[in-house]
Amino acid sequence: MKVIVNGKEVTLEQPTSISNYLKSKGVEPQTVVVEHNYSVPDREKWEEIILNDGDNLEIVKFMGGG
Amino acid sequence: MINQMQERYARHFNLKEIGLEGQEKLRQAKVLVIGAGGLGSPVLYYLAAAGVGTIGIADHDKVSISNLNRQILHTSADIGRKKVESGAEKLLSLNPEISIIMHDMKVTPENIAALLAGYNIVVDATDNFTSRFLISDYCFRLEIPLIEAGVQGFEGIILTIIPGETPCYRCLYPNPPEDRKAFEGLGIVGATAGIFGSLQALEVIKRITGAGKTIAGILVFDGLDGSFRNVKWSQRKDCPLCGQNPTNL
Repeated sequence: MKVIVNGKEVTLEQPTSISNYLKSKGVEPQTVVVEHNYSVPDREKWEEIILNDGDNLEIVKFMGGG
Repeated sequence: MINQMQERYARHFNLKEIGLEGQEKLRQAKVLVIGAGGLGSPVLYYLAAAGVGTIGIADHDKVSISNLNRQILHTSADIGRKKVESGAEKLLSLNPEISIIMHDMKVTPENIAALLAGYNIVVDATDNFTSRFLISDYCFRLEIPLIEAGVQGFEGIILTIIPGETPCYRCLYPNPPEDRKAFEGLGIVGATAGIFGSLQALEVIKRITGAGKTIAGILVFDGLDGSFRNVKWSQRKDCPLCGQNPTNL
C-alpha cells in the first residue's frame, strides 16, 4: 500500500492510523499538525483515520521561533 | 536629493515589477514588524534598504549576548540596549530617507489593536506562540495582511495570510501547542532565521508593489536536507477564526 507523505511516496505494510504512523516515525503528536486528503482533521480523529492506498498526508511541525 | 534617491534605488528602477511606480508605493507603505530578533533583523534591514517609507518596530526586549548568533541587527556594543533603539539606529544609518516608529512594548490583548492601527502590512517575527496567535487573530479581525514565519534549528515555515483570500494561521494551527513553553528558547541557526526573514521581506515588497504572486499555501524548508516544499494547505471549514462558525471572534 502506497501513500504520499509530505510529497514523497511511502510504502505501508498494513493499514495504519494517522496516530500510529506518527508513532512509527517517532513523531510526538503534540509537535505537529496534519492534513489528510486535503482537509484538516481534528487531532482527536487521528486515531480513527486509517491511511488507505493513494492517500495524501501532510505533516507540518509547530515552528514558532524567531 | 532626487538624484540621490534615484541612485539609491537604481537597481529597482530597472526591474519591470518595481520601477518608479513601485518605488513610490514602497515609499508610501507603512509596515509593522513585531519582533526585532532573528527574523526581524533581516526583515527590517531589507525593508529599510528597499525604501519602505514607514517602518514600525515593536519589541519590549533588550539585547543580550545570546541573541547575537542570529539577531544581526544588533552588535556586541548594543548589549543591554533596547532592541527598538538599537534597531532604529542601524536602519536609519542604512537609509536616512525612511521613518522608523519605535514601539517599545510587549504585544498584549489590551494594546494590540491600537498598535496595528494604520499599518498596511504586519510581519510576525516573534519567538513564541502566545504572541503569534494574538497577532494572527487581530490581523484577521482588522483585515490586515500578515506575513507569518517561524523557525527552529535548521527548519522553517512561511505563509502569507490575506484575510478573506487565503487560509489563516488557525487553519494551519487551530490552537497553540499544548505545551507552548516547550517551544521557547529552542536552538536556531542564525542563517535559518536569515532565510525566513528575507523571504518575509520579499513577500512584503511583492505585496506592496503588486509584483508576482504571494506564496500559495505554506512554504516549508528543511535546511538539513537543503529542500523547500510547498504545501497546499486547505482552509478549514471548522476553523476557529475564519471558518463557518468562528469561536475566536
